[in-house]
Amino acid sequence: MFTLIDEWLKSAIGEVQEYVKLSVAALRGAFSRPFYFHDLVEQLDSIGWGSLTVVLLTGIFTGAVLALQSGLTLDQFGARPVVGRLVSASMIKELGPVLTALMLAGRVGSGIAAELGSMVVTDQINALRALGTDPIRKLVVPRVIAGVVMAPILTVISDFMGIVGGSIIAIFQLQVTSGQYWKSITDGLYVQDAWMGIIKPFFLGFVIVSIGCHVGLRTKGGTQGVGRATTNAVVAASVCVLAVDFFLTRLLITLLY
Amino acid sequence: MAEAFLRSRGAVAEQPPETDVEMIVFKHVSLAFDDTVVLRDVSFTLRRGHTKIILGASGAGKSISLKLILGLLKPDGGEVWVKGQRVDQMSELEMMKVRADLGMVFQEGALFDSLTVGENVGYKLYEESDMPLDQVRARVEEVLGFVGLAQFIDRKPSELSGGQRRRVAIARAMTVKPGILLYDEPTTGLDPITADTIDEQIVKLRDLEEVTSILVTHQLRDAFFVATHEAKRSGQDVEFVLAAKEKLEEAEFMMLKDGIIIFEGTADELRASSDPYIQAFLS
Repeated sequence: MFTLIDEWLKSAIGEVQEYVKLSVAALRGAFSRPFYFHDLVEQLDSIGWGSLTVVLLTGIFTGAVLALQSGLTLDQFGARPVVGRLVSASMIKELGPVLTALMLAGRVGSGIAAELGSMVVTDQINALRALGTDPIRKLVVPRVIAGVVMAPILTVISDFMGIVGGSIIAIFQLQVTSGQYWKSITDGLYVQDAWMGIIKPFFLGFVIVSIGCHVGLRTKGGTQGVGRATTNAVVAASVCVLAVDFFLTRLLITLLY
Repeated sequence: MAEAFLRSRGAVAEQPPETDVEMIVFKHVSLAFDDTVVLRDVSFTLRRGHTKIILGASGAGKSISLKLILGLLKPDGGEVWVKGQRVDQMSELEMMKVRADLGMVFQEGALFDSLTVGENVGYKLYEESDMPLDQVRARVEEVLGFVGLAQFIDRKPSELSGGQRRRVAIARAMTVKPGILLYDEPTTGLDPITADTIDEQIVKLRDLEEVTSILVTHQLRDAFFVATHEAKRSGQDVEFVLAAKEKLEEAEFMMLKDGIIIFEGTADELRASSDPYIQAFLS
């Protein structure tokens, strides 16, 4: 029993150590040459443009359902007109960053793990090294930068779509006027809320992509291993998104409010 | 034995190989993964212009030897020298310079799926050099012509047959004219006729481009073809004829069994060996 726990602990510590090493190497690679600009543009397109549809849909439906649910509760206090404030605060501070990050973990994290995992099991990573290319600079750095850049942009789009989705429900179902809805948003939103909503996705984007790269590059065991790596990347990234979100929120509340 | 021990302790100065003739040197190399010993005290030398043919059953440590030369793996003990530089202690950054003169043909080709044949072949020049694009394209067309695949330059690797993929892998490895080429099972899984074309490329590169090479295989037919033939230009064409005595001696066989060298010698010496394992392998 103790041997099993001992082995599990060793393996877990080893994984964390390798993840930290990869993250440090990626950060170093982002600020030194050679830099593969073409790959960065490709990844910005793949992560950003490629995730746009899913983020738009997630944002609009989340905002709409939030307005529906909170409308019922606010009615009990006669506060239906402030539904916009509740939707915008929830979307910008919490749901926008977290749900966008979870969508990215499913779409981008899994894709990266599968792609890099396939490259590992077919010796393409070794071929890159044999051809004089550092796989971290060529594959990891562009993905990490693209993730860090695109996650906040996608989050802002998701926030906006959520507020728009909320407005549709507020206006057509809750019978709140458009003016009331948008005024309650501008009245109730503080600059600290915006900061919190925009700072979080930088970290969450880094977490999702770096975990996808780490799991992908450590793939073992052929095509079965690629499948396992893909699942592990999504699970690990999703859990880490929620955990990092909690600690970041705690820290930002202390710093901003 | 004592000298090896003292050297491992740093008490005896390391003697670098003769860089002008000794291209690759293994000195008492050992490697194990957990409890599995992959290489045990392996020593050999590959001289300039020679071909080392490493034979052995699956898991004997053949491919691992190539990865040690490329610095993709580090040995647990011993020394690996490439062109006079000790590579087993080098960092990844230092290894990049050594790899500039090494080409490797991986077992299944290891072509980049997302790139075309031309981009695969010219990868190193496109990505890791400042060569003008028109010159890169010209070089890519030249090497693809050398392996007889010039018409496939814009295709994706997935559109090629197994043999064509291996030939593209050879073309990719030779694009930057490396002095040493490493072939990891280049004919495994191919039909005999396609395997012949790969063997001919290996012989052509060795004899016409003067490339020093290591061929890892368990296909005896291919091993003996490479060892016993030489390529000669005949006008525009290339002919493959039985090798002269000098050429025969430049092809050295080495057989590994469970990570240990059990044979080193020429094709004739291999055939004449009375070792029961070798006899079983040859039969």
